[in-house]
Amino acid sequence: MTDTLQPRTAKDVEDAVQWALARGAALELVGRGTKRAIGRPAQSDLTLDLSGLAGVILYEPEELVLSAQAGTPLDEIEALLAERDQHLAFEPIDYGPLLAGAASCGTIGGVLAANLCGPRRIAAGAARDHFLGFEAVSGRGETFKSGGRVVKNVTGYDVSKLIAGSWGTLAALTTVTIKTLPRPQTQATVVVCGLDDASAVRGMAAAMATSCDVSGAAHLPAAVAPRIGLGKATGGSLTVLRVEGVAPSVDHRKAALSLAMKAFGTAELYDEEVSRSLWRAIRDVMPFAAAHVSARPVWRIVTAPSRGAKLAAMIAAAAEAEVIYDWAGGLVWMMLTPSDDAGAAVVRRAVGACGGQAMLIRAPAATRAALDVFSPLQPGLASLTRRVKQGFDPNGVLNPGRMWAGV
Amino acid sequence: MVVAMPEPDLAVLARRDRIVKALSAIVPGEGVIASEAAMRPYETDGLTAYRALPMVVVLPSTTDQVSRILAYCHGEGIKVVPRGAGTSLSGGALPLTDGVLLGMAKFNRIREIDYDNRVVVAEPGVTNLAVTQAVEHKGFYYAPDPSSQIACTIGGNVAENSGGVHCLKYGMTSNNVLGCEMVLMTGEVVRLGGKHIEAGGYDLLGIINGSEGLLGVVTEVTVRILRKPEMARAALIGFETSEDAGECVSKIIGAGIVPGGMEMMDKPAIHAVEEFVHAGYPLDVEALLIVELDGPQAEVDHLVGRVEAIAQDCRAVSCRVSATEQERLLFWAGRKAAFPAVGRISPDYFCMDGTIPRAKLPLVLSRMRELSERYRLRVANVFHAGDGNLHPLILYDANKGDELERAEAFGADILRLCVEVGGVLTGEHGVGVEKRDLMPAMFSEADLAQQQRLKCAFDDKGLLNPGKVFPTLHRCAELGRMHVHAGKVAFPDIPRF
Repeated sequence: MTDTLQPRTAKDVEDAVQWALARGAALELVGRGTKRAIGRPAQSDLTLDLSGLAGVILYEPEELVLSAQAGTPLDEIEALLAERDQHLAFEPIDYGPLLAGAASCGTIGGVLAANLCGPRRIAAGAARDHFLGFEAVSGRGETFKSGGRVVKNVTGYDVSKLIAGSWGTLAALTTVTIKTLPRPQTQATVVVCGLDDASAVRGMAAAMATSCDVSGAAHLPAAVAPRIGLGKATGGSLTVLRVEGVAPSVDHRKAALSLAMKAFGTAELYDEEVSRSLWRAIRDVMPFAAAHVSARPVWRIVTAPSRGAKLAAMIAAAAEAEVIYDWAGGLVWMMLTPSDDAGAAVVRRAVGACGGQAMLIRAPAATRAALDVFSPLQPGLASLTRRVKQGFDPNGVLNPGRMWAGV
Repeated sequence: MVVAMPEPDLAVLARRDRIVKALSAIVPGEGVIASEAAMRPYETDGLTAYRALPMVVVLPSTTDQVSRILAYCHGEGIKVVPRGAGTSLSGGALPLTDGVLLGMAKFNRIREIDYDNRVVVAEPGVTNLAVTQAVEHKGFYYAPDPSSQIACTIGGNVAENSGGVHCLKYGMTSNNVLGCEMVLMTGEVVRLGGKHIEAGGYDLLGIINGSEGLLGVVTEVTVRILRKPEMARAALIGFETSEDAGECVSKIIGAGIVPGGMEMMDKPAIHAVEEFVHAGYPLDVEALLIVELDGPQAEVDHLVGRVEAIAQDCRAVSCRVSATEQERLLFWAGRKAAFPAVGRISPDYFCMDGTIPRAKLPLVLSRMRELSERYRLRVANVFHAGDGNLHPLILYDANKGDELERAEAFGADILRLCVEVGGVLTGEHGVGVEKRDLMPAMFSEADLAQQQRLKCAFDDKGLLNPGKVFPTLHRCAELGRMHVHAGKVAFPDIPRF
């Protein structure tokens, strides 16, 4: 069991990193530890627990901006925004269920460091697109800031985007500023039943090409649809399309979308309540979360939407697999049967053929230590990546090896 | 020229003939421009107050040529300034007298339109508007729409992370770019992202957007396109005070409405525009708002009604809602012509670009009026009100005494004021040379050093567009040095378990 440091202030964090630098020690950065099982296992001497840096510093709904200490619990922020009918439009996934952990436990710093997002990615982007500015301590033990607290800013490099999705390998976030947005008043989901994967991908592309502002487009094949938690017999696959906004607009668009889907099958409608719980379940990949499948590896594969079905078929032809499509086919969640390489060879081959990138989200630590969890990088990009890491953390103090060996 | 640029490298200048010859071997024919007269059009960009003749202009047309040019310049220690259409308002493409000006205008083809994935793959010299024009017959468009969209290029948009009037709802360039091919200063070609929505690994695409040509030369861009909204209507709302207009903006957003566009103009801007365009703007108001709602008719009608009610609440003295598409375009014609309209009433103007927390608008406007009196220069304001991005236009005459110097000092004071009230130096035009020396008003030395270390990862010799963005140039070796206080750092106070 490694020692854990629990800084209370940003200055403490700076001291901790400097101390680690002086000792040649490596730190594992954690908030509340909800995503510790993602990535390559920590190769660290000490844990730096940032959950003590908690609290919202500023929230100005009319300026669409919120600043908080990085360890602030996400559910606290979401509750605060809800009071003012706002939300985090990027709809961050809760990895708790998928990783057999508790639900609703993450911190805002963790959300940003992992660049989380959800089904609304196709309409509203990911955490990176809402990350306005931060203060952090680099692996050099220096406090620095970037960005600002206004929603439009091009002053200097947009380092917030680089930090988003860097999994704590470049800097320890201490304060973050994010964009908040009005929460859509209501929503509805148009459902087409019984489509095969390829038809569903075509149907979702057709939906995305309408002016209906689809904010979620997912396909649940027959094997997984019963586990999405709708509580009714579905008896086949479900292709689901979400529209959100003010009531008159949602009414209009769900009708227009149903009409546009006629060519693919008969469309049904889910009302607001069912729609909300459905998209929460899709966001959190609930069909792969059940306890009895928790030993099976899960891959998160991003590809061009039109190639989603082909990519999944290639994998399914070589390994026993279940699939869930989100982002109109552009996000392919795959659950495979356990194997030594968690199916990496098969997955990487399919991604190589179809384009895109794949990340192993769920697998035993020993497996994650033995293979590439993140997509392997082309040589030029790999050395550029190492040079970027070098610029922020030359001695490899922060989460070394979490993303790739040597980074 | 008032702004100091890096000292020209005399050794490089002495080798000019050899350099021109070497570049001509890479880009044969008319791709290398070395005569003074022919280089003249490249001496400035949209920030015409600053000019410099480059050592030589090169116009490559393939990625391979760009790669070989950069590899050659890297080997020879020659500086390179990339240029798109030269519309930068911050001097991003200002040449260096000892540098190669790398013009990307010949990269002007759209390589692929992929409706299934809703993306366009374009060469960087394609204009912003040309992307929309290529797909609008199918009902699609490219969302970011900077005012210069007829002329400015996609590559330049990436470099500057350009915005436009619709970016509150639809995002800036970086929110709409999915991939790019880029050549590093060493000549190495790298690909970031593609048609998939998330590139994976470090978000290098996120920092290329807005890197102002300091990190790499983009040779291909993949952008996402959107289906055009069914319709749009605009409301033209007049107020007796800017406070009332500002309150109206806050209340619209507070009510959960994110308009497609929300623009504000102050009285001098309204008058300049109305005389020029005759858009029917009311002349007896202090502030004018254009609020555009887009979407299906049911949504637009519903939201227009709510916006009208909010405007009433905020003491609007006039409110006209466009009844036809023609009328909506007329409302916009005024706003879109604001810069040339001001150009008509003044020989020269500087367009500033700070962003402020919107609530500070009345304070900033009143302080700006004081500054206007102190510097004895007029100022007109247009404002992307939804996101707090302010464009004060400072009117001056470069041929009159010290007006240029006064205008520069006035502009700098405005930007310092933006930072002082919690805002930033630039919302969408970039730092370039214009705001370079103001960077310390917003960033500490440590902040700037960390950004420059990022630059070092891409360009270790600092040859790509030096003299832009950062007020002081540091060698990468110096920036990389670590000061570890081995053994001296005690660890007494932090709780541990």
